[in-house]
Amino acid sequence: MSDLTRLTAAELAATIASGDVSAVEVAQAHLDRIAAVDERVHAFLHVDTEGALAAARDVDARRAAGEELGPLAGVPVAVKDVLATKGVPTTAASKILEGWRPPYDATIVERLRAAGTVMLGKTNMDEFAMGSSTEYSAYGPTNNPWDLGRIPGGSGGGSAAAIAAYEAPLAIGTDTGGSIRQPGAVTGTVGAKPTYGGTSRYGLIAFSSSLDTPGPCARTVHDAALLHSVIAGHDPRDSTSIPQPVPDVVAAARLGATGDLTGVRIGLVTEFGGEGAEPGVMAAYRDSVEALTKLGAEIVEISCPHFQYALPAYYLIAPSEASSNLARFDGVRFGLRTGDDGSHSLEEVMSLTREAGFGPEVKRRIILGTYALSSGYYDAYYGQAQKVRTLITRDFTSAFEQVDVLVSPTTPFVAFPFGSRTGDPYQMYLADLFTIPTNLYGGPAISVPCGLSEGLPVGLQIMAPTMADDRMYRVAAALESTVGVLTPPAL
Amino acid sequence: MTTTVLPPYDDVVARYEPVIGLETHVELGTNTKMFCGCPTEFGAEPNTQVCPVCLGLPGALPAPNRAAIEATIRIGLALNCSIAEWCRFARKNYFYPDMPKNFQTSQYDEPLCVDGYLDVEVDGEMVRVEIERVHLEEDTGKTLHVGGATGRIHGATESLVDYNRAGIPLVEIVTKPIPGTGAKAPLVARAYVTELRDIIRSLDVSDVRMEQGSMRCDVNTSLSPAGSTEWGTRTETKNVNSLRSVERAVRAEMIRQASVLDSGERIFQETRHFQEDTGDTRPGRSKEEATDYRYFPEPDLVPMAPDAAWVAELKAALPEPPRVHRKRLQEEWGLTDLDMQSVVNAGAVELIEATIAAGATAAGARKWWLGELARRANEEGIELSAVGATPAQVAELQQLVDEGKLNDKLARAVLEGVVAGEGSPREIMTARGLGVVSDTGALTAAVDEAIAANPDIAAKIRDGKVAAAGALVGAVMKTTRGQADAKTVRELILSRLGAQG
Repeated sequence: MSDLTRLTAAELAATIASGDVSAVEVAQAHLDRIAAVDERVHAFLHVDTEGALAAARDVDARRAAGEELGPLAGVPVAVKDVLATKGVPTTAASKILEGWRPPYDATIVERLRAAGTVMLGKTNMDEFAMGSSTEYSAYGPTNNPWDLGRIPGGSGGGSAAAIAAYEAPLAIGTDTGGSIRQPGAVTGTVGAKPTYGGTSRYGLIAFSSSLDTPGPCARTVHDAALLHSVIAGHDPRDSTSIPQPVPDVVAAARLGATGDLTGVRIGLVTEFGGEGAEPGVMAAYRDSVEALTKLGAEIVEISCPHFQYALPAYYLIAPSEASSNLARFDGVRFGLRTGDDGSHSLEEVMSLTREAGFGPEVKRRIILGTYALSSGYYDAYYGQAQKVRTLITRDFTSAFEQVDVLVSPTTPFVAFPFGSRTGDPYQMYLADLFTIPTNLYGGPAISVPCGLSEGLPVGLQIMAPTMADDRMYRVAAALESTVGVLTPPAL
Repeated sequence: MTTTVLPPYDDVVARYEPVIGLETHVELGTNTKMFCGCPTEFGAEPNTQVCPVCLGLPGALPAPNRAAIEATIRIGLALNCSIAEWCRFARKNYFYPDMPKNFQTSQYDEPLCVDGYLDVEVDGEMVRVEIERVHLEEDTGKTLHVGGATGRIHGATESLVDYNRAGIPLVEIVTKPIPGTGAKAPLVARAYVTELRDIIRSLDVSDVRMEQGSMRCDVNTSLSPAGSTEWGTRTETKNVNSLRSVERAVRAEMIRQASVLDSGERIFQETRHFQEDTGDTRPGRSKEEATDYRYFPEPDLVPMAPDAAWVAELKAALPEPPRVHRKRLQEEWGLTDLDMQSVVNAGAVELIEATIAAGATAAGARKWWLGELARRANEEGIELSAVGATPAQVAELQQLVDEGKLNDKLARAVLEGVVAGEGSPREIMTARGLGVVSDTGALTAAVDEAIAANPDIAAKIRDGKVAAAGALVGAVMKTTRGQADAKTVRELILSRLGAQG
């Protein structure tokens, strides 16, 4: 048997279904791979060996009993440590939740279990999903499998790296400002942010409630679509979840894989013309647009004049919501408690707990958000940012009256070396320059590998109207059919 | 603390004009909490009615309770409010150890119901209280301080938190400032809260028990010199928990503020607490700076847009307002204003109504509830409804009297048994052998005995002084321990003595 870890999720599912290998063998192969390489990659914060093998045994038993199983039954999946997993440590990569084992599963985790996927463990991330490099994890950074001295993107660097390093065929990420797509781009993998409300946030430790969107990470577009279809759909426990059927993203990915984009209109955002982006990234981007044209797509230049305000608007809205969402981490009911020795007041215990439990980026954003929401500043900052958000939404709406999808580079630069941007938060924030507008609008977007620059992966971002997730999968699969799947150097 | 001599109330209202305002919180009686499916039963073991949502665990999200939204809209409609076509929840951010998320999901600038009014009657005069808003929010948990002598945080060694109450739907009803009530301000406050309680009870959306905290009142009071057009600085007296205390708190705060103003000092805008024992208000914890709640629209909840047709349906289905209902009952029962007032004051309206529905006459129902039972409730310091008799039992009792099986005295004894939980009036009558004896055979002996024992009286009756028969009736009643039917006894006496009735 060839190395099981090199197979795609679709291939693994087919192999397991045919009875050629057991789900336990597949799980064990990935656990072995994790044991072999994760010391160097550090994609995982927690590996649930026993849970994974138990889930795999269950799948094998159900299959042996003749039960009809879903399209991803027995396929391993890694879950970003920001989703609650019952009885399995969940920390959001923060010291403040060290050792916390939630008494419940996130809806997405429930759906993964119900689909018979095998959860390998919890992946590393920037603390509370705040960051663009996974350098802000309280448990140490994840290394990019393409170059262990470089960042894997953030905040979902662990999920992307786990896939790029063949530790898992599939992973779950969450995208607040680009945290699925941006790591996907810099690790040469596929990362999709579904329509906001298309995937449930129940059990997702909130960073910015109006932006957070869980979604799939995979090595191929088809795999991402398969995972997307398993986790998406209405959840009554999440008020913002959309009560509509999930678009058939798997069919769209299959259609795209035929390589025909005739009749598809693709918009290029004029304002993303390349300023601030590396020449190598822009070159790969132009090549992929050229490739899409050859597949029959019609290319249209579209101006989205308010996209230039997306970054500042995002950095008011997201920290504002975060400052409120993170208020519950006070040492009273769960997680870390510091200073509880009888010599400190309640307020002091809370202060000491937060001082010890939160890392620098989290503190920075809590302070920023608290300030932006405070009386006298609300209108000038939060209120103004919400107006910008409305204008950006209008830009998208009007763009999608002219084209089916918009494309841009996913990131302005390839994976950068560790420490090169941590000294200047603004330089770090620029990593999400191209991904943030979609989060403010709420529509779906995907990053798909479109080539290399200086030997490192570059991603193309495809953005679609809300609840038209299928469109982006079609275009992404078409591009993948010409560019191919990227293979990182051996670890 | 310096001792100040407080001015007499009459003197206060002669020189100052009060403005009051009330914020009332009502815990809704929904089966489940505001944002999760946890039960809301009162008095359960601590922390047994909790889940990730109402504990604010990381990742948990709220999902709104439609029954609570409906109840709030009904309260708004009953208070003549407009119902918002579109509104949102907001987050009110502040820290409190019994508040799981450290923000309260509430409503801020976009409440569900606005601009209503409630007419209340004070001393036969109608006062219109304008309602600013009615909104929906979630309750917090409760903190228990143990190890100290007083149960307060001071001196406690540990603080325990019970989150059973956290997340129970809470409706807040805020009045606009009520000026111009003068000396009646305390009575207006009490009448308003009473009327509000009755309305909410009539809607069947809460048990509105102030003593259990399902209805809580914050009272705002300010004073300005008589004739002044500007209102004074107000204070907010928190969590006043009985109707009587609402009245007392306003009065006490008016007197206190007058004494402060008299001494040339300023009133500080502050939170105060009413002391049940002493009847005065004391300042809450002093705040160094104003709390900044950093309100913003709750991003975890989609905005609410109550369907106009639904609201119209709810409006059409509102029960008769208690005031109108009472007026109608008063006419049906043929009571004077004063009589009706005593029925209302005794909390007997619904009980009498139910007793009549169970077959009693209005007079009969009123007699028992306002007489014997009200006296007992008063003595024991409990609500009339908690006295131990049901409307059906009272109706049955009255029926037995009407049938001549019980006389007044016996009925009272039977009612004792009812209150003691011995069963239905009929069962008690049988079990205790309390039925009226009207069997002539059994009574004749007793009558003859009475005649023999009182020859003078018997002679008077024979001579035609029929009125003297009463004394012999009394004697017979005595020997039969009250169980004889007085009318039959009288007839027997007259016939034995050959006199005409």
